[in-house]
Amino acid sequence: MTHLTMSLVEIATPILERHKRDHTRLLQILHDIQDELDYISPETMEYLAHELEIPITQVQSVVEFYSFFHSKPHGKFRILFSDNITDRMLGNKDLFDHMLNRLHLTPDTVSEDGLVSVGMTSCTGMCDQGPALLINNMPITHLTPRRIDEICDLVKSGLPVNHWPSHYFKVDNNIRRADELLATAYNMGDAIKAAVAKGAQSMLDEMKRSNLRGRGGAGFTTGVKWELCRNAPSDERFIVCNADEGEPGTFKDRVLLQSFAGHVFEGMTIAGFTTGAKQGFVYLRAEYKYLVKSLQIFLDNMRAAGFLGKNILGIEGFDFDIDIHLGAGAYVCGEETALIESLEGKAGRPRIRPPFPVTCGYKNKPTVVNNVETLCKVTEIARRGGAWYEGRGTRQSTGTKLLSVSGDCARPGIYEFPFGVRISDVLEECGAKDVIAVQISGAAGVCLAPHEFHHRIAFEDVPTAGSFMIFGKDRDMFDVALNFAEFFAHESCGFCSPCRIGTSLVKDMMEKIAAGRGTKYEINEIQRLRDQMKNFAHCGLGQTAGNAICDCITKFRPAFDKHLSSRDFLPAFDLELSLARSREVTHRDDADAHLGAK
Amino acid sequence: MDTQVSSQPQKVAKRKIRVATTSLSGCFGCHMSLLDIDERILQLIEVVEFDRSPITDIKHCGPCDIGLIEGSVCNSENVHVLREFRENCNVLIAFGACAVAGGLPAQRNHLDIGDALREVYCDRAGLGKQIPNDRELPLLLDKVHPINEVVRVDYFIPGCPPSGDTIWKFVTDLIAGHMPRLEHPLLKFD
Repeated sequence: MTHLTMSLVEIATPILERHKRDHTRLLQILHDIQDELDYISPETMEYLAHELEIPITQVQSVVEFYSFFHSKPHGKFRILFSDNITDRMLGNKDLFDHMLNRLHLTPDTVSEDGLVSVGMTSCTGMCDQGPALLINNMPITHLTPRRIDEICDLVKSGLPVNHWPSHYFKVDNNIRRADELLATAYNMGDAIKAAVAKGAQSMLDEMKRSNLRGRGGAGFTTGVKWELCRNAPSDERFIVCNADEGEPGTFKDRVLLQSFAGHVFEGMTIAGFTTGAKQGFVYLRAEYKYLVKSLQIFLDNMRAAGFLGKNILGIEGFDFDIDIHLGAGAYVCGEETALIESLEGKAGRPRIRPPFPVTCGYKNKPTVVNNVETLCKVTEIARRGGAWYEGRGTRQSTGTKLLSVSGDCARPGIYEFPFGVRISDVLEECGAKDVIAVQISGAAGVCLAPHEFHHRIAFEDVPTAGSFMIFGKDRDMFDVALNFAEFFAHESCGFCSPCRIGTSLVKDMMEKIAAGRGTKYEINEIQRLRDQMKNFAHCGLGQTAGNAICDCITKFRPAFDKHLSSRDFLPAFDLELSLARSREVTHRDDADAHLGAK
Repeated sequence: MDTQVSSQPQKVAKRKIRVATTSLSGCFGCHMSLLDIDERILQLIEVVEFDRSPITDIKHCGPCDIGLIEGSVCNSENVHVLREFRENCNVLIAFGACAVAGGLPAQRNHLDIGDALREVYCDRAGLGKQIPNDRELPLLLDKVHPINEVVRVDYFIPGCPPSGDTIWKFVTDLIAGHMPRLEHPLLKFD
């Protein structure tokens, strides 16, 4: 055995032991190994496959699938700029170029000394305090040219990130409007005790009475979901908290996990009590890795206080515990079946539904997947009852809703409103003036123009997972649409052709328009592709990928028209130039070696 | 299968519909698939006459109603042929994965075309040291493109290849004056 493999074994063995050589923990193992070794080499993959007794192809597909795993060296410092439209509006591109200049780098290439690489990534959930970046998975917000200079100096000094001054990594909550969830004082165990006092069946009845609907966007009734899971015949059930908050412009789950983790964990425990599940998982997006330590401490405190573990509150057989699983940078894992695949240590490709996770989820056992915010609301229902809960909000959308407000407004941050609030009221509250558009529920959501601002946030009117991005009068809505097109082309998981090809074609056409080569033809094509993806894509990602772009075309056509050529059609590229390389290698310059700019 | 085509000649077709087809950088698989309409080609020929096509061996295309293009655009000759079709055809259809999205030929897009030519013509034993440069030969584009990146395209038939039934459904819809519509199982992307 060579020296290299010896050190691999020495490093990998304790990590494998810590994860009990459980192949469903492959993502966690890869995270730990990558922290130690910088990247995951083919040799490492082979070793892990052997030790975990899984095919090498599974390890390879996981490493290739997730953008936070690297099969090549990526530098001691890996810097990723958040590239959401809100970051772009705050000038992230200039800061990005500034850093590349300072470090004498090109995007996504490692410096010659192996010290640092700089790239772009999808929204990191810091839209209210952008522009933001991640350095070795630690967030730095409120970027300015000066801050970039300081970061460059620290990088050049080689000081490990965990020794950097902590003020760099400060993440604000920015809670601007607090209601039932954010304003109520928290006492550990109150909600669990209240649920236990009611009993499982009665708690389920309260859940159904409350008419609480899932806050991840789809709005399925939580009580019904729990009941289906509870009634599904099985020896094992699972509760999964979906904290893969990847939708551009949302950051409410980050705030909840940072400062209201007790609500989340108690909500999960109550779900376990009600459905009979013994194990819970928090699937945390890798961008929020910085929260893991505090969450682990919170879980330990709950265990010590007897609210997690065996015989909770002294009740025989009420066992429940929570484990934190880290994602690795894949938007599609917010889709519940893709998330479950990822939890099982595989690439996050959505499953075919039905069967739904409530009957056949994690390890093919009945599984409840709930959003972070939904689980927090459970504690309100446990404490105050379903009838009380039903009293807030609208008929079909009960309770309050957290909105992640970002973009052009005086006070970006978290706003908790009862369902039914008008868009115009939210704009008023956050101090937004001269608004030309609001993008609701992220890149997959809808884009509203001022004549629609009287609509209300509710499942029966404008449904949302929480993202609320505001665009002022100086913004070009074409840039917004282009950003979303790039986002989906990057995040498509590649499993089904309509989405894999469709999102790329839409991006190509948007870039063609941006380059001044677009005509009405491209506009028609984008709309046609949207319909194709909507009808044929395998999961919600592809089905919704064209929506916001087509909304922008419908509502902000002049922003597109000003980029369009009046010609019937223009080629997507310079034909004459595309022969240049061939002319060079063949030394030809005759008439047939040119195409002209026809 | 659809029989409206055979019932139409008596009613409508004073003038036969002119159809041209060609294969750019493709494998002729889509044309083989076109031949998979089998004996229905006799129904087709009642209402259609072929202009430039591998079936007729006519070298240049005159004014046509429908042009079917297989294959992607990989060299200067492909560009000229495609432009000729666009100038002459009322309706231009991309049929097959290569024409629609670049397909298999586009796999070379991550290579430098100079390096690729050198590796093929200069770096192998038994060959000369010269990249062919006769002006009769069309030059290669640096990248392979789907046809709608070079000319405006009216319709797309995906599939590698689209089946004979798919092509039949699409073309007969078009000839009958319907909006062509493909649904499962005729619509396939791979």
